[in-house]
Amino acid sequence: MNETRPKLAVWKFASCDGCQLSLLDLEDELLALADAVDIAYFREATSRESNGPFDLSLVDGSIARPEDIDQIREVRRRSRHVVALGACATAGGIQALRNFASVEKYKSLVYAKPEYIHALAESKGIAEFIRVDFELRGCPPNKHQLLEVVSAFLAGRRPNVAAHSVCVDCKLSGNVCVMVTGTPCLGPITHAGCGALCPTYRRGCYGCYGPAEAPNTQSMARAFQHAGVPDVDLVRVLRTFNANAPAFRKESERHE
Amino acid sequence: MQGTKRQPDHILNVEGLAQLLRALRADAYRLVGPTVRDGAIVHAEIRGIDDLPAGWTETQEAGTYRLVPRGDGALFGFSTAAQSYKQVFFVPRLRLLKLRRKDSSFTVEHDAPVTSRLALIGARSCDLHAIEVQDRTLLTGPFADPDYAARRSDLFIVAVQCGQSGGTCFCASMGTGPRSTAGFDLALTELFEPHRFLVQVGTEAGERVLARLPRALATESERVAAEGVVEQTAQSMGRRMDTTGIKELLYRNLEHPRWDDVAERCLGCTNCTLACPTCFCSTVEDTGDLTGESAERWRRWDSCFTLDHSYLHGGSVRTSTRSRYRQWMTHKLASWIDQFGTSGCVGCGRCITWCPVGIDITEEVAAIRRADGACSGEGGAP
Ligand code: SF4
Ligand code: SF4
Ligand code: SF4
Repeated sequence: MNETRPKLAVWKFASCDGCQLSLLDLEDELLALADAVDIAYFREATSRESNGPFDLSLVDGSIARPEDIDQIREVRRRSRHVVALGACATAGGIQALRNFASVEKYKSLVYAKPEYIHALAESKGIAEFIRVDFELRGCPPNKHQLLEVVSAFLAGRRPNVAAHSVCVDCKLSGNVCVMVTGTPCLGPITHAGCGALCPTYRRGCYGCYGPAEAPNTQSMARAFQHAGVPDVDLVRVLRTFNANAPAFRKESERHE
Repeated sequence: MQGTKRQPDHILNVEGLAQLLRALRADAYRLVGPTVRDGAIVHAEIRGIDDLPAGWTETQEAGTYRLVPRGDGALFGFSTAAQSYKQVFFVPRLRLLKLRRKDSSFTVEHDAPVTSRLALIGARSCDLHAIEVQDRTLLTGPFADPDYAARRSDLFIVAVQCGQSGGTCFCASMGTGPRSTAGFDLALTELFEPHRFLVQVGTEAGERVLARLPRALATESERVAAEGVVEQTAQSMGRRMDTTGIKELLYRNLEHPRWDDVAERCLGCTNCTLACPTCFCSTVEDTGDLTGESAERWRRWDSCFTLDHSYLHGGSVRTSTRSRYRQWMTHKLASWIDQFGTSGCVGCGRCITWCPVGIDITEEVAAIRRADGACSGEGGAP
C-alpha cells in the first residue's frame, strides 16, 4: 500500500445512492482511481472504515434527520475538501418535496408508528450546514464530470465544470431546439452537465441539474404558460429533483 | 455583375442537379447541404439529391419553427436552415493540444488541421455573407485561426437564390440578400413547371463542372422568371431593420430603459449567439487526467451571455442580463463596424427564430429608435 496517496471518503446521507453508483459506474477509470487514491471510507464499495483525516470527501445525500447535522459537521472536521455530489447533497433532492408540506401530518398518515420517524421538517443540501468546496450537480451527476472533479482536486486545480445553461451543450451538439419546435424545455434555466441528454432524444429538459447561473425563471415560466402548460404542471416540473433549489422553489411558489 | 461580363446562364433539370452532386463527389468533395432532421431543415453532410428536403418548407416566427409540407416537390423551397456554416468551419469543439508527461518534462502534440474538399450545396446569400464576416475575424489580422483557415480552404459553393423569405429574415435591410451576386461557383434558381434550375456561373471552377453536365442555355424568359423569383423574395421579407445611423443610435442609448425591458424577458440561455452565423466567441478549457500523466486543452464555443465570458480576476464584469444583452446587440450592430469594418449582422433571423422566448433583434432596435435618448436613470450599472 502506498501510504502517500490522498485519502478519499464517500459519505451517504438521505439519498437513493445513485450518485455513489455514478462513481462505481466509472468502470474504465475505476482501477486508475483506486490506484491514484486511497479509498479510505466508502460503504457502498468497501467495508474498510478509516477515521480520517481525509483529503477529499464526496458527500451524497441530503440533510434530512436531526443526527445528519452532527454527522455532516463531523465530515467537515475530518476533511480537507468537501464536494457535494448530486441533487440531494446540493439541493435537498426529491425528498425536499416534504418542504412544501407538513411532515407531522403525513407521518401520521403513512407510518403505523410515526413516533419512530425522526425527520427534520425540511430536507436540505449540505451547504446549508457546512462550508462546501465544490457542488457537482445532477441526478445523478455525469460520471465524466465526477472524474473531472476528483482529478481537479487531486491536482489542486479548479474543476472544469461550467455553470451555463443546458442550451449551450445542445447547440454544441448541433441539436434542433425542441422548445422552438414545440416541446416545453427547462434547458434555458437548467445547469449544464448532462450533455443535453433529453433534448438530444427530442424531449424537453426536466431540470435534473438544477438552476443554471443567473436563471430567469419568471420568463421561462411565462414561455411555458404561453405553450399551454397550466400552473399546476408548471409547479410539478419545477418540483422534481431540485425542488428546494432557491430559484426553482421561488418560481414554483409563484404558481401554487 | 460587379464589373465582370456576365456569363450566359444555363438550365439544369432535376437529373442534371443529381449529376452535379455526383460530379462534385467524384471530385472528392464532401457535400454539406440541407436535409430534414428532428423536425427541421438542417445543414449536414449529404450523399446526393435524395437527401435534400424535397417537398418541405417551414414557418419561422420569433421563438417558433415548424416544418411544413409543400405540394410542389421543391428541393430548396425553404428559407434558412437551422444552423449556419459556422459549425462546419468554426467547429463547436476543437482540441488545441495534448500534453504528456515524459520523465521530468512533457511532450506536446497537436492534431493536424482538417483539410478536406467541401462543397456547400444550396448556400444562401446571408450565409455566404456571414462567412465573409467571420473571415474578417478568423482569417485576417494578427490572430488568424489555422484550423478555421484549413477547414474553409478548399470550397466549392453552389448557392441558391432564395425562392421565399422566412418569417424572421431581414437580409434585404442588411444589404446581404436575398440575391447572391458573388462568392459562389454556381448559383441556382429553382423554377417549376417543369421543375428545373437556372444556373448562374460565378467562377471558372463552376464553369468547368457545369461543362460536364447535360444542360441547356437559359432563354430570356427563363432569366426573367428567375429574376422574378428573387425579386419577389426581396419584396416579402418577414422583417426589416432600419439601420440608419445605427452605430450612433446604439452608442448614445446605452442607458435606454429598453435594456431593462429585454433583460426581463431574456433567459441568458446563449441560443441567439450560438445560432448566429457570425458570433465567434470561444473559451479555452484545460483538463488533466486522474494520474496527472496527460492533459488536454480544448477550445469550445462560448457566448457573451455566460457569466464566465466576462470573468476577470475577482469576478464577472457583466453581472446583469441587461449588460449582457446590451453587450451582444451593441457589438453585433455597432462596435463590430468599428472593429471589423462591417456589421456583425447579416439578417438571417436565426437569433429571432431560435430564441426560446422569441426576443427579436429588429424589434429591440426599433424600440430604442422609437424612444431615442430615453434614459433608465440606472447610471453605469453593470
Ligand atoms: S432544446 Fe431545450 S436545452 Fe436545447 S436549446 Fe432548446 S431550450 Fe435549450
Ligand atoms: S444577429 Fe441574428 S439575424 Fe443577425 S446574423 Fe446573427 S443570427 Fe442572423
Ligand atoms: S436573447 Fe433569447 S436566445 Fe439570446 S440569450 Fe436571451 S433568451 Fe436566450
